[in-house]
Amino acid sequence: MRFSGLRVLKEGLTGNRGWTAHWRDPEPKPAYDIVIIGGGGHGLATAYYLAREHGLRNIAVLEKGYLGGGNVGRNTTIVRANYGLPGNSEFYSHSLKLWEGLEQELNFNVMHSQRGVINLFHSDGQRDAYARRGNAMVNQGDDAILLDRDGVRRLAPYLDFDNGRFPVYGGLYHPRGGTARHDAVAWGYARGADQRGVDLIQNCEVTGIDIQNGKVTGVQTSRGAIRAGKVGIVVAGRSSQVAAMAGMRLPIESHVLQAFVTEGLKPVIDTVVTFGMGHFYISQSDKGGLVFGGDIDMYASYAARGNLPAVEHVMEAGMALMPMIGKARVLRSWGGIMDMSPDGSPVIDRTGIEGLYLNCGWCYGGFKAVPGSGHCFAHLLATGRPHAAAAQFRLDRFRTGAGIMDEEGTGAQHNLH
Amino acid sequence: MRITCPLCGERDRREFYYKGAALALDRPEPDAGAEAWDEHVFLRDNPAGETRDLWYHADGCGAWIVVTRDTVSHAVLETRLAGEAGA
Repeated sequence: MRFSGLRVLKEGLTGNRGWTAHWRDPEPKPAYDIVIIGGGGHGLATAYYLAREHGLRNIAVLEKGYLGGGNVGRNTTIVRANYGLPGNSEFYSHSLKLWEGLEQELNFNVMHSQRGVINLFHSDGQRDAYARRGNAMVNQGDDAILLDRDGVRRLAPYLDFDNGRFPVYGGLYHPRGGTARHDAVAWGYARGADQRGVDLIQNCEVTGIDIQNGKVTGVQTSRGAIRAGKVGIVVAGRSSQVAAMAGMRLPIESHVLQAFVTEGLKPVIDTVVTFGMGHFYISQSDKGGLVFGGDIDMYASYAARGNLPAVEHVMEAGMALMPMIGKARVLRSWGGIMDMSPDGSPVIDRTGIEGLYLNCGWCYGGFKAVPGSGHCFAHLLATGRPHAAAAQFRLDRFRTGAGIMDEEGTGAQHNLH
Repeated sequence: MRITCPLCGERDRREFYYKGAALALDRPEPDAGAEAWDEHVFLRDNPAGETRDLWYHADGCGAWIVVTRDTVSHAVLETRLAGEAGA
């Protein structure tokens, strides 16, 4: 089934009885060439690109819950490519280019909206740092504009420019950044993968990874054993548990990150604003809710909910940045489990076990990475070689000390990101 | 989440700084090699369930505390001074 304007019109006139399910609900087969563990955004994108780019068909995605029921449905939907360090820079640039063609490619409306992202700065030193970052972005071929105070005022007149502690000096503007409808991204990739023959198997929890003579041979699941030529682990906050099934310990600590949404309001914030000094960022969804968040709660957690100190901090930062937000009523808050790496950057790599591949460590930045991560992980799984855009995401960089990508410059240590 | 400091009693989580898994006093020898240091500095069990981590009572008495905690429910099960617990 293809979506088109004509089809929407026809269905609207005939009672919408012609729409069909977007993907099958197959029983697991005894064996696949490639098994992807994790049916979130990254896992579904990986399966899609394995089928589309590499012509592979005999693939299963195993999801213990339902498709897109984890972090891809629990984030704040920001899409951007404004990283400064080699390694991250080329990867997020690659991912943003995939975003820009995604809707036509998937024939699915993911509501990708390039409404721009502004990173505010509040001191001369911070301006210098953002000028440098902007130059790195431009050198990567992406877009960055250093705005002065009046430039920010034209885009976001509602900010408290004369805040006593953090007066707004200006901002780094990234026009190609923006937002997308998070669930639709998972659904679009799921539909595209299913159409190319990938088996998407839900309610199928992996309980063991079979390894013989240093080579992966399959997985044990709640729906029986499945043999596999290659296995990809892409399970975000649960990476440590799944990797432990293969006898691995990972450089990952799982943390809870909270997010918030207000009641639906008329359009008021038409871009993405980040207030790094207050650990706060905000955008407005197409439905009207103000979607905002802050920093992680800062302790290891698998509870998909946080504690009040982080809530209070986010609300205070929001009030400091844009006092008008105090008029809005918060509708919901929730938490997602982040796979935090020591340097804040991800891993897409082989493991010490032949045929077993790992994709993790996305910290609080996994959503915008979905297309790039899927594309590069598919390349690694299919060819056995890293994709050029993700070649720096090595698992051994912590042990060797070579290629650490500490974007925040706080130190490559677990409690600092 | 409230944490019981062995010296000060039960206090708000805001008074404490989170260091991470309670292995700080279990340092390898300086010449133990890259594998041992990788294990110590970077690799983590990261359990979903009971864990032991190290907190610092920054806005209180300054004690380092080993907190036994459930990462799924956020329940604090036991707290001991790091010096006594042998973190």
